[in-house]
Amino acid sequence: MSFRPDFPLLASNPDLHYLDSAATAQKPASVLDAIRDFYETSYANPHRGAYALSVAATDRYDAARRRVAGFIGLADPDCLVFTRGTTEALNLVAYSWGRQNVKAGDELVVTALEHHANFVPWQQLAIEAGATLRICELTPDGELDLDFLAGLLNARTRAVAINHVSNALGTINPVAEIVRMVRECSSAIVVCDGAQGVPHLKVGFDDLGPDFYAFSGHKMCGPMGIGGLAGRRELLESMPPFQTGGDMVEFVYDQETTWNALPHKFEAGTPNAADAVGLAAAVDYLESIGMDEVLRHERALMTEASDRMAEIDEVKIYGPPPERRSGVLSFTLGDVHPHDLATILDGEGVCIRAGNHCTQPLMRRLDVSATARASFYVYNDRSDIDALIDGVKKAKEIFGHAAV
Amino acid sequence: MPPSDRSAQISALYQEMILDHYRKPRNKGVMENADVSVPMKNPLCGDEITLHVRFGEDAVEELSFSGRGCSISQASASMMTHLLKGKDFGDVEVLRNRFRDMVMGDDAAAQDSSLGSLRALSGVSRFPARVKCALLAWNALERALEKGSVAKEIEHPEQEGAEP
Repeated sequence: MSFRPDFPLLASNPDLHYLDSAATAQKPASVLDAIRDFYETSYANPHRGAYALSVAATDRYDAARRRVAGFIGLADPDCLVFTRGTTEALNLVAYSWGRQNVKAGDELVVTALEHHANFVPWQQLAIEAGATLRICELTPDGELDLDFLAGLLNARTRAVAINHVSNALGTINPVAEIVRMVRECSSAIVVCDGAQGVPHLKVGFDDLGPDFYAFSGHKMCGPMGIGGLAGRRELLESMPPFQTGGDMVEFVYDQETTWNALPHKFEAGTPNAADAVGLAAAVDYLESIGMDEVLRHERALMTEASDRMAEIDEVKIYGPPPERRSGVLSFTLGDVHPHDLATILDGEGVCIRAGNHCTQPLMRRLDVSATARASFYVYNDRSDIDALIDGVKKAKEIFGHAAV
Repeated sequence: MPPSDRSAQISALYQEMILDHYRKPRNKGVMENADVSVPMKNPLCGDEITLHVRFGEDAVEELSFSGRGCSISQASASMMTHLLKGKDFGDVEVLRNRFRDMVMGDDAAAQDSSLGSLRALSGVSRFPARVKCALLAWNALERALEKGSVAKEIEHPEQEGAEP
């Protein structure tokens, strides 16, 4: 079954082979329709007017929150804060929880697999607080070294920041197991970057057990500019606001202010209700396929692509074996720079990412400045693999001439 | 654009000359007695080169570069250092502007024989995402000239697309 016709951009560009969904996913018509419908039928500022239209907007915003919370296995929708995306969600925790709870002498743990968005906020918090940043190293396969992680955990550890799935390598991390380890060895919170988790895996926040889980809408067929932070209620309630302004307050006195209830305390200003509605439509779309099927589909394509790529001389593939990855294939081709590879593939209508994937600490450990990354999603099919393999062979041919 | 046109542009971009300079870069290495060494990063991909320059009385006496990057940035640095060695500041300034015009799509500049082998890079203008790669060494050169003691006498027009 092909899902490609559901995506207007892909349907109208039959020669386009979009293999950069780990950067951002294309949008199905149902998501675009939902956003348009919200603007055309229910548009007003939520939580404001005592008139029916504003109530309608509020209802749809609230319904979107319930829908998305249910999708990520969060029983209490008030514990889902809408943000601009993963980056803002992680910064919310690092600023609000971090500035309140991390002191000189404390330790923060991140991993060498993190996207800059789950690395730099903790690094900067450590610098500011006089805390120590510890980095969990990787196995040669590009998986978290759990023994190494165990050695980092102690009574001084305040937070452990890990991703659910690596954007650069596709590595799927054992979040529930890591949460258990952290609980045994410390009183630290676990902050999970789920930007690459929610689009590809069935996520159960309450079962996985982290304290915070951040994700982005645009990587899961939803609109840009909306994402979320799921958090444990007692933590969210104890934290100070991240930003202040309208909607997030209760009483504003001349010299002090009290805060609105969750989730509004963390949603200052007019909310992005239209894109929340679009995100809920993306959830509908993914659930209509089924998350098990989403993963099966993309992993089957990625595995075939991996196998065929491995047959090409001088191709080096990074990360664990396909059965332990999401739909990400990170590779290099001899001395051909990934940027050149991406340009040549672009000439064949194949869109891949080339660069450090916002993971410079990881690239240093892999001893490369960049890799090429093809990432698969629901709308991809075998023709995308064919185009990718042909393009890589063409690059090899072009660069082969001058090989010394 | 039809894929066949794009394919032709790709072939025009990756000429033998460029790949040759990529694989066998000229003037590559750290210059111990350089007057200035300027690192320049392409934030898009993280590639970084450092340009080393020794100035003469009124000329760029020696140039070399170090660091790693894609074929476009490496070939551009290799050909630039080769062409500019010994050129006086006036000529350097003219060539610098000429090269910039060329990669921005100026056809006349692409025909200008004074650019020598650098004309092989004219195809870059069809690839906006790669123009920065071609300009990496040249942006480092601009910074090097500013840092050089005699550079103050040279006029510096506003740069479009200069590295932040």
